[in-house]
Amino acid sequence: MTDLSLYLHIPFCVRKCAYCDFLSAPADEAACAAYADALCREIRACAQEDRSAAEPEGPLRVVSIFLGGGTPSLLTAAQIGRILDTAREAYPVAPDAEITMEANPGTVTEASLTGYRACGVDRLSLGVQSFSEKELKVLGRIHTPREACEAYEAARRAGFGNINLDLISGLPGQRLPDWIRTLERAASLGPEHISAYSLILEEGTPLLGAVVREETAEEDGRTGVRVGTDVLWLPEEDEERAMYHETARVLALSGYARYEISNYARPGFESVHNNGYWTGRLYRGCGLGAASLLKRDGKYIRTSGTRSLTEYLDVWSGTAEDAGGPIERPEHAGGPAERPGRYAGQTVLSERDRQEEFFFLGLRRMEGVSRSGFERLFGPDAWNAFAAQIGRHVRLGTLQSDGDRLRLTERGIDVSNTVFSDLMR
Amino acid sequence: MDSEQSKIRNFCIIAHIDHGKSTLADRIIERTGLLTSREMQDQVLDNMDLERERGITIKSQAVRTVYRAKDGQEYILNLIDTPGHVDFNYEVSRSLAACDGALLVVDAAQGIEAQTLANVYLAMDANLEVFPVINKIDLPSADPDRVAEEIEDVLGLEAADAPRISAKNGINIDAVLEEIVTKIPAPDGDPDAPLKALIFDSLYDSYKGVIVFCRIRDGRVKKGTKIRMMATGFETEVVEVGTFGAGRFNPCEELSAGMVGYITASIKNVQETHVGDTVTDAERPCAEPLPGYKKVTSMVYCGVYPADGAHYNDLRDALEKLQLNDASLHYEPETSIALGFGFRCGFLGLLHLEVIQERLEREYNLDLVTTAPGVVYRVHKLDGTVIELTNPSNLPDPAEIDYMEEPVVDAEIMLTTDYIGPIMTLCQERRGVYVSTEYLEDSRAVLKYVLPLNEIIYDFFDVLKSRSRGYASFDYELKGYQRSKLVKLDILINREEVDALSFIVFEGSAYERGRRMCEKLKEEIPRHLFEIPIQAAIGGKIIARETVKALRKDVLAKCYGGDITRKRKLLEKQKEGKKRMRQIGSVEIPQKAFMSVLKLEDD
Repeated sequence: MTDLSLYLHIPFCVRKCAYCDFLSAPADEAACAAYADALCREIRACAQEDRSAAEPEGPLRVVSIFLGGGTPSLLTAAQIGRILDTAREAYPVAPDAEITMEANPGTVTEASLTGYRACGVDRLSLGVQSFSEKELKVLGRIHTPREACEAYEAARRAGFGNINLDLISGLPGQRLPDWIRTLERAASLGPEHISAYSLILEEGTPLLGAVVREETAEEDGRTGVRVGTDVLWLPEEDEERAMYHETARVLALSGYARYEISNYARPGFESVHNNGYWTGRLYRGCGLGAASLLKRDGKYIRTSGTRSLTEYLDVWSGTAEDAGGPIERPEHAGGPAERPGRYAGQTVLSERDRQEEFFFLGLRRMEGVSRSGFERLFGPDAWNAFAAQIGRHVRLGTLQSDGDRLRLTERGIDVSNTVFSDLMR
Repeated sequence: MDSEQSKIRNFCIIAHIDHGKSTLADRIIERTGLLTSREMQDQVLDNMDLERERGITIKSQAVRTVYRAKDGQEYILNLIDTPGHVDFNYEVSRSLAACDGALLVVDAAQGIEAQTLANVYLAMDANLEVFPVINKIDLPSADPDRVAEEIEDVLGLEAADAPRISAKNGINIDAVLEEIVTKIPAPDGDPDAPLKALIFDSLYDSYKGVIVFCRIRDGRVKKGTKIRMMATGFETEVVEVGTFGAGRFNPCEELSAGMVGYITASIKNVQETHVGDTVTDAERPCAEPLPGYKKVTSMVYCGVYPADGAHYNDLRDALEKLQLNDASLHYEPETSIALGFGFRCGFLGLLHLEVIQERLEREYNLDLVTTAPGVVYRVHKLDGTVIELTNPSNLPDPAEIDYMEEPVVDAEIMLTTDYIGPIMTLCQERRGVYVSTEYLEDSRAVLKYVLPLNEIIYDFFDVLKSRSRGYASFDYELKGYQRSKLVKLDILINREEVDALSFIVFEGSAYERGRRMCEKLKEEIPRHLFEIPIQAAIGGKIIARETVKALRKDVLAKCYGGDITRKRKLLEKQKEGKKRMRQIGSVEIPQKAFMSVLKLEDD
């Protein structure tokens, strides 16, 4: 059996948040309906393709499905149901597969959540981000802390036994006690899983556009964000790091263990889907701009779909399906096993690429990577190419070697990009 | 003198920078009908990209045009373009030696500037007829009467009848042409005497080999003539001779006494022709070579290294080719612990350094690391020997040193009297010794100072310009050496001395410079996983310190929808950035940090 995850992207949002650079578009009913149709067609086409490329290791088995966005909860339960039914018809989905859906407070009701639960969604990821009204406003979120709690309670009543809350630290104007309050409030609700990210100012987001810098005599000056006539300062480095470190401490007190750089769970509730990304499991992404990791003729290929909604709807309109797939776009040369023009982006991973990914993805998990696992995949000598940098980082205290396992230290987590980039060619 | 020779006028145009020399050259070429208007690009003579961008003339170039004068005769005008910047005095003197007269262009608004004076003195030294032209008369601020008076008072040149022109708008260009014909003497020289020609420039062409630019003083040269370079003794047979069109070479039968043109002779080795050498007929040599040009001395030295050590040979080849066209460039191999194999290069000044650096980067596609420029110090050792020090790393043990000397220059700063105060302060800050103030007229004066050369090579021009709001101009000449209290300032990064960052400095300025240097390096060096001390030291004693704090946070939290490719790109970019740095011990230093000593002046 070959394990596979499905990622299904729903690119609509009520409103784009100020910090968000994910692919999303304003929602309207007709667009949502047309998109759901197109997505179903793409799922079927992908399944056909994946089946015909099945590996000698055996047939595929889908172990997780993730409906991400955007805001998947802008689709009706009927639409979500149809998408999941399509996936189950097209792919052999394991009976115990984890089926997660992202939802934003303010877009869900107990009735809609009951509907999602009924069509097979068994894990709900709520985009709470903060329990401070002020902070939510800066982020451009449409909900209030109260609505977040209501959505959570409604989800419980609708029968969700596995709920994740997304939180963001390091917000403009946020201080350490504010963040601890948000964490405690989240923990007191008792979700099974908490994702705690720290804010990154991304290119092209309104938040980055509003950034102001203050040059001071000391160190590096401050960075703030203009909100109306006020400037809200981002936490300075030490405080931002303190928030990050406090997260692990505060959540541990409530029984959450960190299993990945930004993810915490009660025992047994680690996300199957997320773990797949870090451990090299194959995944098939469907929907606007979605990325996949596929295996074709023994080679690993990362692909990504078009980021244009018009083009997407065009490609996966009813007529294209009859022709067995999307329209041909000769300007994109296809990979070895793919039709030309199938993907907007496509990279065949070299052995070295895969080795690097083994580290920069695997080390994100707190249990780290296994040397013997690496050698099983890449041969007994492959480790040597990385040994010098690994040794250097162990000496610098950013990596920790423990028998067969190699993992980031607490300090290593803070500077993980530096560690990862050193492990690249 | 045969009649052909009497119709030749060899001349150059001299001016302060920006007074319109190149524009006037363009108008002359245009007016003499060598090119159609369509073929005229702006500034025809400046054919290097770099020159056009900077709006300055770096390499002297020659062009031959034909002018039908009011007397009905056709004259051959050989115009030799000269650079106007102080760094390029040597190039000016080479050009002047090939001429019989000079047009002095003076801006009708600005009047005489420091380089106007310097260039006029050079032209007079070369025994040239100098006649002034007042340019830019159509500017609102133009005051040609005042400028004419100034030329007469300050330079002692007849200027009442000087043509008043606008080169930019083509006003009164004919008057200039008539002056060239009437005021500049025809070349002397005997076409039947043994060949005697002066090399004033050369150019390397991958097809023709070295192209020698020369002025024929006596005799004739044509295809097949066996020539000898008198200084090097190199002999070869002429393949082609010709004259200069605008931007191209026009082959001709023969070059004879009085003419300006070029010779090619399949010369492949750049060492065989020296600018300033005399070309003669190998079978019928002249008795004496022409007097050599003013010997050029490099004023500023710095280390030039390929960013990627694998390109060392490319850099050497590029320097070799540049030197062919630029006699004032010197280089010799050197090794740095920090930077590997490279060259110690000598330049006329900082602008010259920048021009060479840019040409190496653009024309030869080289990525370079340049160390802080310095001057040539004389180190007198206790054993009586004297070392000419161009690389601070070679400074002997202080215990062996008796005393040190540094070069000083006679500096002339021409400025409006309003700025005398601030500029005197500047000179004082730069350890200047006041000589005199001469008033040219009520509002203008010449300040004379003796200044240490190492105080003016970094940013003196920029600061002078900003403190005088552009109303001061500057010229200098090497005066000699003076004894001085000098020390070597070392920079330690993460407690390791970085040889490429060491420099020699006046003891009294060492503390301040060391402190600034540490601050600057702190800005340039990215944070690492560990704390990095940056220290300035003199003879092992730390005089300044800064610290690059350890990196606190470099983490990417979210990985959207499995888009690993995006994350990979980010990490690859980060890795790429590290590769472009120099590894010194365990610290990665960006290439430009090695130049940071240049930008120490506060904004």
